[in-house]
Amino acid sequence: MKVSVWRGDALGSLQTFEVPRFPSQTVLDVVTHIQRHLDPTLAYRYACRVGMCGSCAMTVNGQPRWTCRTHVDRVAKNETLEVRPLRNLPVIRDLVTDMRTFFDKWQRAGGHFDGRSTKADDFARIAPESAERKSIDAGIECIGCGVCYAACDVVKWNPDYLGPAALNRAWTLVADSRDTDSARLRAVAGDAGCHACHTHMSCTERCPKHISPTAGIAGLKRAVAKAEIDGKL
Amino acid sequence: MNHRSETALWIAQRASAALLALCVTVHLVTIVYAVRGGLTAAEIFARTRGSVGWLAFYTLFVLAVAVHAPIGLRPVLAEWLGWRGKSREVFVLAFGVLLAWIGLRAVLAVFA
Repeated sequence: MKVSVWRGDALGSLQTFEVPRFPSQTVLDVVTHIQRHLDPTLAYRYACRVGMCGSCAMTVNGQPRWTCRTHVDRVAKNETLEVRPLRNLPVIRDLVTDMRTFFDKWQRAGGHFDGRSTKADDFARIAPESAERKSIDAGIECIGCGVCYAACDVVKWNPDYLGPAALNRAWTLVADSRDTDSARLRAVAGDAGCHACHTHMSCTERCPKHISPTAGIAGLKRAVAKAEIDGKL
Repeated sequence: MNHRSETALWIAQRASAALLALCVTVHLVTIVYAVRGGLTAAEIFARTRGSVGWLAFYTLFVLAVAVHAPIGLRPVLAEWLGWRGKSREVFVLAFGVLLAWIGLRAVLAVFA
């Protein structure tokens, strides 16, 4: 199989390798084969290999994917693969991107839980069947792989935009009745926040965990609008 | 522009979109009715001249457009041309005023 791999930084170029095919081979297997047998200088990132850690996302034949759970059979076109680093993030080298902006935006979106109760308080009672809990469940399995961020055109056009993952995280906290961060809605409103989303749904289409950040962002738009009308924004 | 103004603009655009959904439907049905019925310009004027109902409807329609279109133009200018900041706000405000002006002129022309 012919595999073209991005080499160098943003000004780099594609290098082609010939890689043997195996049954049930993943794209991460292919990249690992190149690094172990063909060119040990190839830089890429992975950790768990089982779709939990969110480290190994790359652009495969033009689309962002988690490479450890992407079978070559599903994505190879005429027995060729093109592997590039994730879009919308600075390239450090080869397939490794600098994800600092991505995670800094989680902070900017108020992406941490802010509770006020102590161990002296009783448990918060949230029914598993409640709309609140279901809405949080739908968004909480994010592994922070950056696939949605790379898939999002609004991030490309508006570099300040917080992006689908950070806003999805903010939504799981806004929907959490235990959380007391009143500044979060302000942080996610406006041109860099939920209002910039055009509902293209590329994030939803590409998310390997089948989360819909678009739905979370819509929830934020409703929550922000309600706060604005109530004079609490 | 701060988060409150951005949110207010978003609400204004959603509200105007809801109005436009109604207005555009009525407008299209009216056009199809007028054309299929073979109404002449004189017959159309006979219906619109002095009609407070049509005046109110099309005034609302024009104002909804004048609110909706400039707000939608803002991100287009930012994302396609990289145009942000005060000058963009002045431009879209002027664009809204222009839409309202030419629209209301047309509404008045078929009323009076």
